[in-house]
Amino acid sequence: MADTATRLVIPKRKQTARERRHSRTGWLFIAPFGVVFVVFLVTPLAYAFYLSLFSKGLATGTAFAGINNYVRAFTDASFLKGVWFVVRFSLVLIPVQMLVSLAAALVLDNLTNRFARFARLMIFLPYAVPAVIGALMWGFLYSPSFGPLEQIFGAFGADAPFLLSPDNIFYGLMNVVTWQWAGYYMIIIYAALRGIDPTIYEAAKIDGANSWQVALRIKIPMVRSALVLILVFALIGTLQFFTEPQVLGPVANGTITPDFTPNIYAFNLAFKYAQFNYASAISFSLGAIVFVGVYIFLFATRKRGSVL
Amino acid sequence: MAITAPHTARKPRHVITYVFLGILVVYFLIPLWFLFVASTKDAPSLFGGDSALWFSGDFNLFTNLSNLVTYNDGIYLRWIGNSALYAFVGGLGATVLAVLAGYGFAKYKFRGRDLSFAILLGSVMVPLTALVIPTFVLFSELGLTDTIWAVILPSLLSPFGVYLMRVYAAEAVPDELLDAARVDGAGALRTFVQVALPLMRPAVVTVLLLSVVGTWNNYFLPLAMLSNSQLYPITVGIGLWQGLAAQNNGGSGVSLWTLIIIGSLISIIPLIVAFLSLQKYWQGGLAIGSLK
Repeated sequence: MADTATRLVIPKRKQTARERRHSRTGWLFIAPFGVVFVVFLVTPLAYAFYLSLFSKGLATGTAFAGINNYVRAFTDASFLKGVWFVVRFSLVLIPVQMLVSLAAALVLDNLTNRFARFARLMIFLPYAVPAVIGALMWGFLYSPSFGPLEQIFGAFGADAPFLLSPDNIFYGLMNVVTWQWAGYYMIIIYAALRGIDPTIYEAAKIDGANSWQVALRIKIPMVRSALVLILVFALIGTLQFFTEPQVLGPVANGTITPDFTPNIYAFNLAFKYAQFNYASAISFSLGAIVFVGVYIFLFATRKRGSVL
Repeated sequence: MAITAPHTARKPRHVITYVFLGILVVYFLIPLWFLFVASTKDAPSLFGGDSALWFSGDFNLFTNLSNLVTYNDGIYLRWIGNSALYAFVGGLGATVLAVLAGYGFAKYKFRGRDLSFAILLGSVMVPLTALVIPTFVLFSELGLTDTIWAVILPSLLSPFGVYLMRVYAAEAVPDELLDAARVDGAGALRTFVQVALPLMRPAVVTVLLLSVVGTWNNYFLPLAMLSNSQLYPITVGIGLWQGLAAQNNGGSGVSLWTLIIIGSLISIIPLIVAFLSLQKYWQGGLAIGSLK
């Protein structure tokens, strides 16, 4: 009540010169970023939408198409197949990735020796490797001509699976992405675990909790916001999947089709077939799918309260 | 007995812990180990060597290195230089903008602040790759494609960096300190540089690392924007070599595969060194976004 009372009073009083100056300085701090935000985020987004409303034919020239490009996109088997792939990929990849990084973080949180510090850094290291190089390296390791898989499986008298074949590419890519990102996620969870007040564990131990119970009932719920952050990152990242399949394309014997993921499809439409209008519609649709998907996810996790 | 019993009971669990960590370390290091071993091989032992994960044949690391830096008039060094330029200018620029804006959001009250910040948070959810194609069309109308600016300018955008800086500045910079500086007659800029900035250092280093890594690792944007191979960053350059090598399988003269392997190895060293030497800053800093 007191709060609303003061809020009612303030607008009646004229802003003092000092407050105006304060407000202006605030805007000045934001302004440089604001300009970049408007020029490189808002404008391209709006322009993508504008472009997507037109179509360009060799004979007809550029003509207003309304929502035709979107109708085409959402009935385009190539686009839908790509969306289905990245959605399926996220659904399998993200839990695996979370599990690996959470397990590693929990284990590392219990150890404070030199080996644990070393392990933490080594697990994190792939984050510093560009996705292009990461995909390339795994491409080499998968390769029948110079990878070790052939030798390892050969030692057991078995044929190595080719992880870039159409049947296995899902797992081949999953491994690359998990390798690349699990360490980064592990560090985020680990840092959050380190932020927990250790007296809570003491109290739990006195109450007779074992370390499994401490991990499941105390640690995991307390790093929930870190887990949500990671999930959001992972979701945004995998839905716009591009680099790894694009890089593995040349060595995958045609497994990576030009419409493998929505982003690869948009890229090929734009830069191979110069269909910028339709590519913009695909980009914009993908952006909308990601935005809405993440928004729904955040809403859902917020509603569920403290239980993950 | 009573003393040793819990000890022996704890041992096996520790063994499992160490085995688990050991497996993880091996898994995360194997590709890097492979890359190092393969960098020491010439083309015949690369394809026909006994073991992909162990040395064989002559130690060719330095021969490969000199082939790498001389191939095609040293285009590789040019790509590394380009990557460094894009990552440094783009990353530094993005950090400066994020620090200023994050501080402004955290420490100034002004009309439209909450709405602006809500928009910013929403924009974190916009996939940046969705912006590449329209930005390309815009840039091509301005004649900016195939220039360094086509890669650097879009890299200045880091909404997540602003978010991190705001969260961090709100907690690490006490209002009382800013008020005291103001009372002492320091202007807004001077207060920011001399009082707030030193307190924000861990977050600044973290945002700088994140944006440098983001730009250094970026592939989609430069791939779309650049067609002149002299302007390629290392990611697009190596990708180009790999496409060529896959087409003719290392047929002509110098085997591209050996160059790709040693080139990949060299290209990951700068960032790994940066991360290892700046540990003490980013390890805490990465948690900022999640501690709220």
